[in-house]
Amino acid sequence: MKSTSISSLAIALGLTFSPLTYAASSTPTGAAVVTDNAFNPAMSLILSGGYTHASQDPESYRIAGFDLPKDAEAGPGTRGFSLSESELDLSANIDPWLRGVANIALGSDNSISVENAYIQTTSLGHGLQLKAGRFFSDLGYVNSQHAHAWDFADAPLAYQAMLGTQYADDGVQLTLLAPTDQFLQVGIELGRGRSFPGTNTNRNGAGSSAFTLHTGGDVGDNHSWRAGISTLHTKADAQELSSIDANDHEVINAFTGITDVWILDGVWKWAPNGNATRTNFKLQGEYLRSKRDGDFTYDTETSNLTDAYTATQSGWYLQGIYQFMPRWRMGLRTERLNSGTPDYASNQVNMTIPTDDARKHTVMLDYSPSEFSRVRLQFAKDYARGDVVDNQMVLLYQMSLGAHGAHSY
Amino acid sequence: MLKKNVLMAVAVISLLIQSNTAHAALRIFACEPEWGALAQELGGKLLDVTVATSALQDPHQIQAKPSLIARVRNADLVVCTGAELEIGWLPVLLQQSGNANVQAGKLGNFAAADFVKKLEIPTQLDRAQGDVHAAGNPHIQLDPRNIALVASALSTRLQQVDSANAGQYAQNLASFSQRWQQAMTRWTAQAAPLRDVAVVSRHKAYVYLYDWLGLKEVAVLEPKPGVEPTASHLQGLLTSLKTTHVRMTLYSAYQDPKPSEWLSKNGGIAVVKLPFTVGGTDAAKDLFGLFDDTLARLLVGANTK
Repeated sequence: MKSTSISSLAIALGLTFSPLTYAASSTPTGAAVVTDNAFNPAMSLILSGGYTHASQDPESYRIAGFDLPKDAEAGPGTRGFSLSESELDLSANIDPWLRGVANIALGSDNSISVENAYIQTTSLGHGLQLKAGRFFSDLGYVNSQHAHAWDFADAPLAYQAMLGTQYADDGVQLTLLAPTDQFLQVGIELGRGRSFPGTNTNRNGAGSSAFTLHTGGDVGDNHSWRAGISTLHTKADAQELSSIDANDHEVINAFTGITDVWILDGVWKWAPNGNATRTNFKLQGEYLRSKRDGDFTYDTETSNLTDAYTATQSGWYLQGIYQFMPRWRMGLRTERLNSGTPDYASNQVNMTIPTDDARKHTVMLDYSPSEFSRVRLQFAKDYARGDVVDNQMVLLYQMSLGAHGAHSY
Repeated sequence: MLKKNVLMAVAVISLLIQSNTAHAALRIFACEPEWGALAQELGGKLLDVTVATSALQDPHQIQAKPSLIARVRNADLVVCTGAELEIGWLPVLLQQSGNANVQAGKLGNFAAADFVKKLEIPTQLDRAQGDVHAAGNPHIQLDPRNIALVASALSTRLQQVDSANAGQYAQNLASFSQRWQQAMTRWTAQAAPLRDVAVVSRHKAYVYLYDWLGLKEVAVLEPKPGVEPTASHLQGLLTSLKTTHVRMTLYSAYQDPKPSEWLSKNGGIAVVKLPFTVGGTDAAKDLFGLFDDTLARLLVGANTK
């Protein structure tokens, strides 16, 4: 799918952008105008882009103590003006039993990728839902949100370091919502494990599994909350990781083994009388803990030394977003990672353990002229490299065209 | 670990399915207070009514919060306005509920706006016009004739969903309709002085009220539907209103009164807060109170000065 041009995709799918199509299909009197397009999926286009300033070269970005694949989406991205992830979203009922959703991401490098493409049951009942295809895992809080729904321009460091920014797999998901007044949802996911911390493993069966549990409710009229615990289990085969070795050289190492990630997440929202239109506040935090166990190969290109490896690492972020007047919000995020003390066995001599933990502090201010548009200014002091600070400034716009999207909590 | 995850899920899921207990009362999830109140009138003790929002909340902008998802999960009938009023949140609730019976098009999904004649259906759909609703203006509840139409349709639906109690619902409807007709006669007589009175609205939320009472909307404080009033827009309104004889400016209980108060102070016109729905003011305790209080407030506003 990569590097197909955007227009040819739209033509191939036979899509038209006429907003009147929705009017015809949603006439409640039943006098719908019948045209071939009346059954077109609801369509929306997210346009996003901006300007990034970073005092350190983004090419040299790394998260101290966390080795990532060479193509990992970590760091502030391209300096200067660029498109951020723009996205085409399509969804419709397939038949009385199923619904289909696709999110096609349009990258600034002219690439097209399938972010989400899944089918979902609508009529199992009993609070049960089955999903199949490619989807964002329900892990934690921000993982299942699209980037344009995030309150900051980038994902928390802990997500970049331990979940490859956002964990999306090809697989199946079953969720169950309990028949109680208290919101209680459990989910199980089985997938191929195609993305970090897993890799394709060329085996039958599941390469990854996840278990999620979320609960939530209200406290009076002014407060609502949701909290959860989830775990992800993945397998990796010769996962290539870029790292700096004991001699300060950039090397490619490889990891083969299993990774377990545990996530605690919580969000608490306040709005006077539950009316978030004028002012509201949101406090959100997550804690991630990752354990890797397997074999580690040092410098696959030359030395190629393999021995046992275990590492337990963790990280957290805490953020608050305050809408102080209609259309204006400000936010603060603070985060820290702990790279732990990995056990490289005999490879210990080749590797160093960073002395400084990765940490980052971010402030943002955003303005939404309408429900469909938002402009954001964000500053960050990013100590992800450990010892040096990367001062980042991001100016970002996010616009939504077409079908009116509904927002998750 | 993989096996552990699967086992854990299976254990929890089977536990939860077993705990699904039978409920006696029909569970109603009402999106707005007016429909909760109407369901209460038509079903009384036969129903267990949950109202998703309050009169102090903007029904366009509600968070699809966990408590609401859980309530939709357990609902037998979802009663909402429709006409895209809840488009920003209800679809999420329905999707995440895993409740097959209340999905759009099912018997358990009732949209009040489907049963009334809608006003202000846009001839052109363009977001440059603000937050326009393709199906027409969704704020149908401030015309009691609409309430009567919805009452009849909702009673029919209750009789279909809970056929064992159909007789009781029919009886309740007959009683409600009789009281409602009497009240409407009284309200129409009381409201006679409001005919042709010029007013300014905060949001395009009162078109059905105006249609019923013959009030004339000469301006709206929001420059476009859903767009908050700006200082320059208000200043422009003030200038243009100098030549028009506007009697009052109206806003709803959930809205910020400041723009209306500013216009009132600088333009010398009365400002009137309307309950907008049941619970918006102390007097608007039920549907009858909603219209009694709305009329009382309008009459006071119209007679100021």
